[in-house]
Amino acid sequence: MIFHSLGKYILLLKAVFRRPEKWNIYRREIFKEMDSIGVGSLGIIAIISVFLGAVTTVQTAFQLVSDLIPKSVIGSIVRDSSILELSPTISAIVLAGKVGSSVASQIGTMRVTEQIDALEIMGINSPGYLILPKIIGAVTTIPLLVIISIGLSIAGGYLAGTASGATTSQDFITGLTTDFIPFTFTVSMVKAVIFAFIITSVSAYQGFYTDGGALEVGQSSTRAVVISCIMILFADYVIAQVLL
Amino acid sequence: MIKIHDINKTFGDNHVLRGISTEFRDGVCNLIIGGSGSGKTTLLKCMVGLHEPEIGSVIYDGRDFTRMKFEERIDIRKEIGMLFQGSALFDSMTVEENIMFPLNMFTEQHRKEKLERVNFCLERVNLEGKNKLLPAELSGGMKKRVGIARSIAMNPKYLFVDEPNSGLDPKTAIVIDELIQEITEEYNTTTIVVTHDMNSVMGIGEKIIFLHQGEKWWEGSNKEIAHTDNKELNDFVFASKFMEAAKAKL
Repeated sequence: MIFHSLGKYILLLKAVFRRPEKWNIYRREIFKEMDSIGVGSLGIIAIISVFLGAVTTVQTAFQLVSDLIPKSVIGSIVRDSSILELSPTISAIVLAGKVGSSVASQIGTMRVTEQIDALEIMGINSPGYLILPKIIGAVTTIPLLVIISIGLSIAGGYLAGTASGATTSQDFITGLTTDFIPFTFTVSMVKAVIFAFIITSVSAYQGFYTDGGALEVGQSSTRAVVISCIMILFADYVIAQVLL
Repeated sequence: MIKIHDINKTFGDNHVLRGISTEFRDGVCNLIIGGSGSGKTTLLKCMVGLHEPEIGSVIYDGRDFTRMKFEERIDIRKEIGMLFQGSALFDSMTVEENIMFPLNMFTEQHRKEKLERVNFCLERVNLEGKNKLLPAELSGGMKKRVGIARSIAMNPKYLFVDEPNSGLDPKTAIVIDELIQEITEEYNTTTIVVTHDMNSVMGIGEKIIFLHQGEKWWEGSNKEIAHTDNKELNDFVFASKFMEAAKAKL
């Protein structure tokens, strides 16, 4: 069963990357998706990022009981946690819920209302027209969202640390600027691109093969989120193992 | 002309179509009728390539569609117009964008020319000025007419219509039937209509194929249908008392 689904997923991707009928129409769709996925998710990503950084600061400070460890470590931990794990992975999981369910239900509804059949009848490569702009839109905007998320997460950590007295401004900035390894940012961007691909392609697959009516569209949407989350965490482990 | 030969289609253990062969002529309304689950829509979908038959061939003016690859089928698909049961209009697009969509995809016309074509198609289905409405703002009958307008936008040689009257009141259903017939005669298209509406059968059925349990049970015209002694067909067509009374008068 799993190999059957994997085979169908690969065949769908093959159709997605077939040469587009008209690039200017695809380009318009790509910009639409960039706006919907990128700009449309900015609010939620901003909110969760600030709180992620804040919680990391408070919890790290709580665990630093030894006087031998300088408080500046909090800044370093918030920075590295945000870059390596919190911003790319938690953002991706939140986006799997927001973007993934939307992609699956949109395409699933088009399937059950025969709109995909209508595209096929016209001679249009429906996987390409419907899914390629979403994948390109996601892999270009989600890394940007992750960069914004990193910045806001660190800012949230700084605000929470200084406001609660867990660390001083000076200590936090010292920690932030000490021993920074630029490669961690590269790893973060690799994660963002791969997670963006997983969210859109897995969700589109679930929507594209929806069979039935409104109930099945809902089920496809739920499956899209669950499978995307599992795949994101699996890919997270593989990337960490391979790159770090 | 479209010829189908020995079409067989199964879904799992369910043998939906069993060896169906026939010809559909140009410039007339060819009807596929039958009860629910008889395989009408499946046959239509096999003909346009939305389903792949296990055995059999579909030949469009000498071109074997079933043996073609995806890329090869595109040329024939550009010659096909189809009206779906639920109209299948793109929700996110206006009426104008829906009709213009195939023109945008497959022609190099300027926007002005495309707009002229859209307006012509809308006029043809008596929906002038409705360009900017969204599908959600249209009634069932209007959606069907926009669906017809979209299907004729590319001047199709072959027109497929799936249950054009489902969910429509009798008066609107007749308007849609007449429109399909007029377009068929005007453009000399090979039109294939799947229906179980008896008004359509008697009104526009110049050639009728009756499917029963996945097999072609009867073939003829609306003039012949009243005099057939085929039991299953009689049970289907003259099921209502009204139709029975109408038959007695014929």
